[in-house]
Amino acid sequence: MVEPLRQGTSVLRARGLSRHFGGLAAVNDVSLECCMGEVHAVIGPNGAGKTTLINVLSGDLPPSSGRIELHGRDVTGLASHQISRLGVGRSYQKSNVFLPFTAFENCRLAAQSRLVSSMRFFRAAARYRAVNEAAERALVEVGLETRADVALASLSHGERRQIEIAMTLATRPQVLLLDEPLAGMGAEESARIVELLRKLVSDHAILLVEHDMDAVFAVADVLTVMVNGNVLESGAPEQIRSSKAVQEAYLGTDDSNTTD
Amino acid sequence: MDRRKTAIVALVLCLAALAVLPFVSEKFYVQLFTKILIMGIFAMSLDLLIGYSGLVSFGHAAYFGGAGYVLVLVSPQYAAASLWTSLPIAVAAAALLALGIGMLVLRTSGIYFIMVTLAFSQMLFFLFHDTKIAGGADGIYIYVRPVADILGWKPFDLENVVHLYFVVLAVFIAVFVLLRVVLASLFGRVIEGIRINESRMRSLGYATFRYKLACFVIAGALAGLAGYLSAIQFGVVNPDMLAWHLSGSVMMMVILGGMGTLVGPALGAMVMMLLELGLQSLPEVGGLDIGRHWQLLMGSFIVLVALLLPQGLIGLLTKRGAKKAHG
Repeated sequence: MVEPLRQGTSVLRARGLSRHFGGLAAVNDVSLECCMGEVHAVIGPNGAGKTTLINVLSGDLPPSSGRIELHGRDVTGLASHQISRLGVGRSYQKSNVFLPFTAFENCRLAAQSRLVSSMRFFRAAARYRAVNEAAERALVEVGLETRADVALASLSHGERRQIEIAMTLATRPQVLLLDEPLAGMGAEESARIVELLRKLVSDHAILLVEHDMDAVFAVADVLTVMVNGNVLESGAPEQIRSSKAVQEAYLGTDDSNTTD
Repeated sequence: MDRRKTAIVALVLCLAALAVLPFVSEKFYVQLFTKILIMGIFAMSLDLLIGYSGLVSFGHAAYFGGAGYVLVLVSPQYAAASLWTSLPIAVAAAALLALGIGMLVLRTSGIYFIMVTLAFSQMLFFLFHDTKIAGGADGIYIYVRPVADILGWKPFDLENVVHLYFVVLAVFIAVFVLLRVVLASLFGRVIEGIRINESRMRSLGYATFRYKLACFVIAGALAGLAGYLSAIQFGVVNPDMLAWHLSGSVMMMVILGGMGTLVGPALGAMVMMLLELGLQSLPEVGGLDIGRHWQLLMGSFIVLVALLLPQGLIGLLTKRGAKKAHG
């Protein structure tokens, strides 16, 4: 759909992004960059503004101020469906799926969104083969192809989390905004998703919000630490690991996570 | 697969029964079932909004009555209009009305959506009720029903009760098939997705507003088709066709029969209208005229169904609801 980009090309860029809720600055003057072939992890304690940051980048929430650029183009203030169509896919922290639909139908609906228009009234949806295949591929990627015909309401919590990611992938985004993809997954499922992220990163720009520090340090190329809506520090994993400020504010509170 | 076969057999039997009805029953029942089929079309069109897209419209009579009034307005007073021109005009007018109202009401949701759809239909009601347009509060007669004339050949005569019945039956079947096809299409999948989780549909890249609007227009056009047929059947159009009572009873038919199915609303229309007739004809018992207070019994019946059959009457036919079998 969009031409492949060289690794390291900056795809998504936030400049001085803020989002206020009344007097609370949930996100305050945040600038960051997502590049092709990189996992940019955003970490920070609960309430640091990580989810709000994703909501602003995905267009779910308009920013109070600042600017968002996609491929150098200003996309600030675009609605979430427009951002999605420009190749930015997001997953939600709490599974945001279609519970009465089967796993396959959830992914099929996600894949269908890439057609130019769904204002087609007569031909049966099941007969769009490319859409079906894209949905099947997404299920295979998260390892749930055997559960294709099970309604989401009957899947386990961890499996729903995997479908959440499969749906995002089925929209074939270039930029992935993943909000705690591993939350609520078992060890085996987590390992599978981490493996998937490693594979995806070659042709995606990934922004990852995650609490599992082992996973974060296993995949992240760049780390940004947020505290109270502000960026505390941003840089390579080693730099973050050795930063005094970060240790005090965040990592230091849970030593077991930082030592491999 | 077994369930699917059963459903098909049941459907074919129903159609066969409807097809032989005029040959075995009195004129009265032919007229009654014409009315039931028209309300069935109306109820299916509303279910497209309530049951499939999650848009609880409480002003669906606006399109039903609106098309009826358009038929009157395009008909010459003492001569027949042409079916082939008046029908498309009436249906297009209902669609246009739904487009205009939809663009405004779809900016709201939930309880506010219910309120504004009601408000718009009541505005239309009072427009015809309080002014002299088309006979004001008394309504207006259609002295001559539209003719279906093809170069001098008349395939059927709408003045003939049996002919009208078969035309309505054919339209009913066509609408049923059309809705099934549309619901299985890409568009149909999108509107069901919107009902279940609209915000996720948006983040998947769907501009949900325009799909909801398209759905609102289709439902309005089909309601207009039903209203046009109803105006022909009764030969009269009055503000009651636009009133909230009608919006309420068609909503009741949908809920009673089973939301989110096509057979359900049609079944609901039939059961409610037959029940109304049956209850009204109940005899006087010990000085109490039960038939006159039929609405008490109807109310109890609706409460019972709501309590015992959360999926509506269709829940009686299929254990897991009709969704799987009838789509």
